[in-house]
Amino acid sequence: MSTRLPSILEEYPYLSERDSADHPAFNCPQDKILEFLDHLKSSKGFDFLCDLTAIDHFDQNPRFEVVYNLFSTHQHEYIRVVTPCRGEADPICQSAVSLWAAADWHEREAYDLFGIQFEGHPDLRRILMWDGYPFHPLRKEFPLAGKEVEFPSEELTERTGTSVKPAPMAGGPFHASQCGSMVNREPRADDESWNELNEKTETPDAENAIPRELRDRN
Amino acid sequence: MSATNEYGYNSKVEGEVIVSRADAVINWVRRHSVWPMPMGLACCAIELMAAGGSRFDISRFGMEVMRFSPRQSDCMIVAGTVTYKMAQVVRRIYDQMAEPKWVVAMGACASSGGMYRSYSTLQGVDRIVPVDVYISGCPPRPEALLDGMMRLQDKINTEGSTRDLLRNRPVRDLSFQKQESGS
Repeated sequence: MSTRLPSILEEYPYLSERDSADHPAFNCPQDKILEFLDHLKSSKGFDFLCDLTAIDHFDQNPRFEVVYNLFSTHQHEYIRVVTPCRGEADPICQSAVSLWAAADWHEREAYDLFGIQFEGHPDLRRILMWDGYPFHPLRKEFPLAGKEVEFPSEELTERTGTSVKPAPMAGGPFHASQCGSMVNREPRADDESWNELNEKTETPDAENAIPRELRDRN
Repeated sequence: MSATNEYGYNSKVEGEVIVSRADAVINWVRRHSVWPMPMGLACCAIELMAAGGSRFDISRFGMEVMRFSPRQSDCMIVAGTVTYKMAQVVRRIYDQMAEPKWVVAMGACASSGGMYRSYSTLQGVDRIVPVDVYISGCPPRPEALLDGMMRLQDKINTEGSTRDLLRNRPVRDLSFQKQESGS
């Protein structure tokens, strides 16, 4: 860690330090985020936006956080800035496109997959899923298999007479354990109670509403 | 006495006439001049390119003329992961190809969605186009592709081409439609 970076906490009193395994990381309140990023870029030399992404905490408040990974091409230092979004179901964050043009597509991706609205983004459209897709797939409540919706084009629906169907998970997703004997490290389905041959027993919707990894936590 | 038996066509004996079935002739022509449309969407396309190179040499089967225009090709090789966003393009290109036409699903992704059991990926290209040959592998080796293409040749050989010349080749059902009508 650089010797200069701890002084950032004194310089900007609204920041708080964030747990990090590698580079210095800070939490920044949403209303100060553009001001802080601007300072980092103009006076601290963090001129390169490596990545902009988001986190869904599901049942915590604030639910969504936006993560900025910055790099200084002069000092060869990384820094991570995290800001919570305003709003629960429709999270809102300020757009960083005015600072880094690279934020454009990253913010479109975060909007596409998490549904975060970026205020001031010049062209906030979906980038991976097709226009008109009704869900934000990386949100915790969205099942990996997907949900049944219409095909992206009417022509395709008309020609094939089918639609986007949930993928057959067969108890998956599959995970391979990192330890144990070779046999135990084989990829295994999370839920081995059903597969292609044995039908899944229907579970109440209330249970399905909570993502699997959070269900196990309790 | 030297035993040099001559087999095959002898114009002096046959009188410059060959008797055969029209189906046999048409199918013979068709299966040795398949023009593939390389629908390369992922890593399978690399193996497809390798099959076109000198080591594996798909031109031994008369299939080296890869056309990137659906109007000039008659066999779509779907090589790679088909996302729902791309599915409409695959189907439109299939519709633009002139009859007779065939589809080869190359690799696990095109055949069944492969390891992409997720919201974004079409679970098998047979959901949107009628597939003639499925090739397993992730990705399949070029030999597997060549084997699949030879099986396609065998399949072409059994078609009733003369019947289809006189009336339009029937629009073929998708695989899940066949299952529904069969049950």
